[in-house]
Amino acid sequence: MTQLSVQHDEGAPFDVVLLYIFTGVGAFAALLAAAFTEDPLFRFHSYLFLVAFVLAAGVMTAGIGYGKFRSDPTRYSDGVIRAGVIATMFWGVVAMLVGVVIAAQLTWPTIFYFPEAGWLNFGRLRPLHTSGVIFAFGGNALIATSFWVVQRTCRARLGGGVAPWFVFWGYQLFIVLAATGYLAGITQSKEYAEPEWYVDLWLAVVWVAYLLVFLGTIWKRKEPHIYVANWFYLAFIITVAILHIVNNLSLPVDLLHHRSYSVYAGVQDALVQWWYGHNAVGFFLTAGFLGMMYYFVPKRAERPVYSYRLSIVHFWSLIFIYIWAGPHHLHYTALPQWTQTLGATFSIMLWMPSWGGMINGLMTLSGAWDKLRTDPVIRMMVVALAFYGMSTFEGPLMSLREVNALSHYTDWTIGHVHSGALGWVGFISFGAVYCMVPWLWKKDRIYSNTLIEWHFWIATTGILLYIAAMWVSGIMEGLMWREYTPQGFLANSFVETVAAKHIENIIRTVGGLMYLSGTVIMSYNLWRTVRMPGHEALPQGAASLPALAAAQ
Amino acid sequence: MWNKHAKFERHSLWMIIGIVIVVSIGGLVEISPLFYLESTVEEVEGMRPYTPLELEGRDIYVREGCYTCHSQMIRPLRDEVERYGHYSLAAESMYDHPFQWGSKRTGPDLARVGGKYSDSWHKDHLTDPRSVVPESVMPPYAFLRDKDLDYREVQAKLSAMTKVGVPYTQDQIDHAKDDLEAQADPFDSRATALKKRYGAKLAQRDFDGDPNRVTEMDALIAYLQMLGGLVDFRTYRAEAPENQR
Repeated sequence: MTQLSVQHDEGAPFDVVLLYIFTGVGAFAALLAAAFTEDPLFRFHSYLFLVAFVLAAGVMTAGIGYGKFRSDPTRYSDGVIRAGVIATMFWGVVAMLVGVVIAAQLTWPTIFYFPEAGWLNFGRLRPLHTSGVIFAFGGNALIATSFWVVQRTCRARLGGGVAPWFVFWGYQLFIVLAATGYLAGITQSKEYAEPEWYVDLWLAVVWVAYLLVFLGTIWKRKEPHIYVANWFYLAFIITVAILHIVNNLSLPVDLLHHRSYSVYAGVQDALVQWWYGHNAVGFFLTAGFLGMMYYFVPKRAERPVYSYRLSIVHFWSLIFIYIWAGPHHLHYTALPQWTQTLGATFSIMLWMPSWGGMINGLMTLSGAWDKLRTDPVIRMMVVALAFYGMSTFEGPLMSLREVNALSHYTDWTIGHVHSGALGWVGFISFGAVYCMVPWLWKKDRIYSNTLIEWHFWIATTGILLYIAAMWVSGIMEGLMWREYTPQGFLANSFVETVAAKHIENIIRTVGGLMYLSGTVIMSYNLWRTVRMPGHEALPQGAASLPALAAAQ
Repeated sequence: MWNKHAKFERHSLWMIIGIVIVVSIGGLVEISPLFYLESTVEEVEGMRPYTPLELEGRDIYVREGCYTCHSQMIRPLRDEVERYGHYSLAAESMYDHPFQWGSKRTGPDLARVGGKYSDSWHKDHLTDPRSVVPESVMPPYAFLRDKDLDYREVQAKLSAMTKVGVPYTQDQIDHAKDDLEAQADPFDSRATALKKRYGAKLAQRDFDGDPNRVTEMDALIAYLQMLGGLVDFRTYRAEAPENQR
């Protein structure tokens, strides 16, 4: 202890100096890139890098001068989590708003397209919406909650000194680069992996730092066992790193040009992409959020995790089987059929470990089911688990070749994704954030329970409208495409199937708007919570370890 | 037996090794054979790399996110073959870095859209989709018509493609700019050399109807007009054992 304080008095710690130098070198490199490139898009992003590095260096200069970087190793590091919660809600609102806009574009194309503003066309906004929801909203929720959970369950402060802040701001820079890139037309067209090579490299650096911070905290732990939530977070971080690097291997046209070409071509590229794409679902949107579930559901219900053995079995089987399921995105394509069959088989098998997670979560409420009546937050998390169960049943069904022949390329897939994203990912994140905000800002409760009720009901109704509309339009267009007249001719031209979906598109837009309204209500509620008079009596380490008994 | 799991719970290194091994198996078994099994991509006649103009057009197709609504993969199902044409072969995307199979048909499949409509239909449709298809929900791309194509990097693009495995010849790389300009002008004197390098079948026209300059509209239409037309299906035998996968 004395040694540490001596070190603090001497000036900035080593990691801060290292990061300081890094921002300086980064700013210089960005300046050179901006000066020498002939590609206007690459120059635009070089300037963005430059601004980010200069801002970071400036803030750090002031911080070192005022001695802001002296951390107290006896306390949990919560500042970065507070920032993460704010970022989660901010990007959530932005990404969902873009979703509503593109839904409106497909519903009223004459109103929501602007011939003079090509950068607002559907093709550029759609990646902004998907990446925004998955990586900006979901990613920030995962980073923030994982930082909370790993500290509490290890009883150790986050590792790496200033590194967690690097992870946070580095990740925000990744989001800004990706988002502005899509609008400007910088994309490599791989779904959910659209950012170009230099943004991918940046994310790889940030992601490795994230892994090291997470592991560093685990290595410092005072608990002998690694809690089950951390298994899932760890699997999520490691696997996403592997997926990201392998899928994005590409060759830049020029080191000062934004465009790159994937090292894979055609059929191989398709399978690498959907191996990545499906496991972005499996590890980003499932394993990570299951980690969240394994901490916040037992904590909020004040019950131990239902079954320790089930959590072991479903953890290992889930991560083993998920990896195989990618080829079900390529049924009846030019991919060799043995691969399609393997993908479908493992997709069916995946149903069981998925439901293992759902059952373990739901049954954790044994003896606490009455809380569903009184606590809208726990109700939100239970509904999240129900949507998780529903979409992990629907998924295997859609991975059957016969069903896929109908459902593929249609709105059914869009509905399926949204029951998972809005229902499972959204609701479990909202539940976790509702739990964390009073803890992080030292309040005894959320500002208004009534507003949480409003959020819950308006968002749930929105999801139901959305997925019901997409089921109807998806199955309808699938049937219309293959409909024949008695004479044996195709009954519908393609555009007739487009026109037929108009009503469903309206309902989908309304459903999305309702879900967005719920998120806005939540943001207001959280803001009022933060502004409430303090509740200093609550000690910092109030979060005692949940369910550790069960985990042993 | 359950006590054995304590090893993973108590030692993060075991946990990491366990996770890495478990998540690697599926990908290794499914993906790696595709790189060495010769049957993965059929042998067909007629496939050639994209011309410089088509490649630039393809980059615009990628930039505008056309793949978010249009697939380029016709499945061997009766209605799709009748609506769009012969089902897609793996060989037809063997030079696609990255692939453009897509995953959603908000609009129709484009794998064989080449030659189905005239250049001027494409120009009208891209400029204002609802002027030719009233029920369409497609965004307008009028700005492509007004924007000069920036092809300063086209040579570097061909050269990068070569490094990832597309068989461009040195001759093709060296004359990339000439070939690009020649393809967009029906009266260009370099046409013979262009056709010598890429085959007599290629379309050499003023795609956007504006003879004074090469626009992004030229490049995109050149790309759309060649889609699906390369493979010679008269010589392709679907029933041959080597094509049964």
